[in-house]
Amino acid sequence: MADKNMPMREALRMALREEMIRDERVFVMGEEVGAWQGTHRVTRGFLDEFGEKRVRDTPISEMAIAGAAVGAAMAGLRPVAEIMTINFAFLSLDAIINHAAKIHYMFNGQFRVPMVIRAASGWGDQATATHSHTPEPIFAHFPGLYVGCPSTPRDAKGMLKAAIRDDNPVLFTESIAMYSKPGLVPEEDDFVLPIGKADIKREGRHVTLVAYARGVEWSLQAAEQLAKEGIECEVVDMRWLRPLDMPTVFESFKKTNRCVVVEESLPYYSFGSEVAAQLQEHMFDYMDAPVKRVSAMDVPLPYAREIELMALPNAQKVVDAVKEVI
Amino acid sequence: MATKIFARPSARLKAEHLLEMFWLMLLSRRVDERAWALHRQGKIAFHISGMGHEGAQVGAAFAINRGVDYVHPYYRDLALVLALGITPTDFMMSLFGKKDEYSSKARQMPSHFGSKKLNIVSGSSPVATQVPQAAGLAFAIKYKQQAGLVNPDDSTQPRLALTCLGEGSTSQGEWHEGMNWAGVHQLPFICLVENNLYAISVPQEGQMAVSNVADRAAAYGVKGIWVDGNDVLAVYDAVYEAAQRAYRGEGPTLVEAKTYRVVPHSSDDDDRSYRSREEVEEWKKKDPILRFEKYLMDEGILTPERLDEYETRARAEVDRAQHAAEAAPYPAETDALDEVYAD
Repeated sequence: MADKNMPMREALRMALREEMIRDERVFVMGEEVGAWQGTHRVTRGFLDEFGEKRVRDTPISEMAIAGAAVGAAMAGLRPVAEIMTINFAFLSLDAIINHAAKIHYMFNGQFRVPMVIRAASGWGDQATATHSHTPEPIFAHFPGLYVGCPSTPRDAKGMLKAAIRDDNPVLFTESIAMYSKPGLVPEEDDFVLPIGKADIKREGRHVTLVAYARGVEWSLQAAEQLAKEGIECEVVDMRWLRPLDMPTVFESFKKTNRCVVVEESLPYYSFGSEVAAQLQEHMFDYMDAPVKRVSAMDVPLPYAREIELMALPNAQKVVDAVKEVI
Repeated sequence: MATKIFARPSARLKAEHLLEMFWLMLLSRRVDERAWALHRQGKIAFHISGMGHEGAQVGAAFAINRGVDYVHPYYRDLALVLALGITPTDFMMSLFGKKDEYSSKARQMPSHFGSKKLNIVSGSSPVATQVPQAAGLAFAIKYKQQAGLVNPDDSTQPRLALTCLGEGSTSQGEWHEGMNWAGVHQLPFICLVENNLYAISVPQEGQMAVSNVADRAAAYGVKGIWVDGNDVLAVYDAVYEAAQRAYRGEGPTLVEAKTYRVVPHSSDDDDRSYRSREEVEEWKKKDPILRFEKYLMDEGILTPERLDEYETRARAEVDRAQHAAEAAPYPAETDALDEVYAD
């Protein structure tokens, strides 16, 4: 089968649909997943195809969505729970962090929690401070969870299928800004990408750009611009914040000796902090410049368009950071 | 309004079952007392007690399919889990944090009971979080039955989810969301509220503006029942009726068992700061074990000789459990690193 061009929301839909056909224990639940076809249309047509039993519209009840998913997973189902946006997952933190992530350990492996929580992440159009978070690193802080954040439609399909098939709980975020962006996606049912494997999205020898989700897009745009000036960037798409594929970063860094981390999220205690810390710890002898971070500014995201954009990363900020380490 | 119940399915319980219920209540009390002593001796780090709740817990346990139906208990449910099949040695191993501790290899706190074999799910220390999860367990039961993955009449499979909590936990949002979920989906779900009148130090009137937690059930489309939680047979009757409704697919039930915690909240607090000794002494007179003992004696089912025999046996079991746990090895440092993820 040839690859097919489609937006990320369709790639996610394809992955979810294939897994629901493949395994009757897989079901979706969440706010607006059924009759309304999904807030971001990822579950479009599912209610008609799979029926109410497997496509559950829920009350506005994030604690119960995540908590009931934990219970259903322990009882042998494979729930894919949609939290409308990751911001609302703050209401479900106990179920995700204290239970989904820890039950296997606290029970010495007696119960497994094969569940996926899908949530849209990132800033939209002036959705402001409580509605525009990219808090993936908060979740990646906790052992017991996997955290996946695709940057392309192709990865979205392969990663979501891996998440659903895995016996561990997975927090899976989908960048709002990427839902409509197209890309080539394999149509094969068995296209599954391994959990915890990073991907080199562009090869280069002068500087390593380490990013995830939307940061990959800015990194690729910056790399394109810098290439015209003779600076060749290698773009490492981490794909998963946990497990974090640092060996792939180390291999790239041994070649370039320079690194800029690009993240949509906030700078303190961040993805960038973790990557920079591990590089100085393990790659000090290869290091020719300080590791730079391009993050959102350290403020709650404002409403007015101009200052909202100012507070966020972009390709130009990546270009500027690269020039500081070259 | 919540209703009192009048049917007495407990009238059909045989003498041997009644004696087993009494034995488990007594055993739980003696294990619990030993745990307090071990804490006061500095041998264990922490104990949270179920003393006073034994009637509510054993009554509930005997009313479901013990060891098969899902139970998502809370930290006060020692008598409940002993009735489901956890042993005094299991519990002592968890108090001491020993390597081969049954629920978690000593990774989870004591009294956070968990056994896959017995379908007991381990809870977290933040209260009421078990309620949405238990609703999820019940959801899975109904899902699997409807999908034809299990036979609804197969009593070797879990056919309901029972979760327990104190009345203090019903102030949490999780309780509301879990109850609502169970109601919306009309799940095979029982919420047993062991109302002991205090959320640590805050009395019931400081927690809610209604007299009965069970009155709230109507708001969720859930049947609500309240009973005297110190009457083991009354709790049995209420939970039995709730279980039969669940098995028949008639939906969820909230059973409120009104009881009293005759000891502090945990080994870390002193209840003299928030309630009088007179109040506690009054409640000790209503002790569920003494009450059941009197009933069984009056009925000629229990004799003084048999009671002595039970006490001797309980002491021996508790001694044996304590010694076995003390003699068992602690975890190795590397044991902390296992089982973070499923393979």
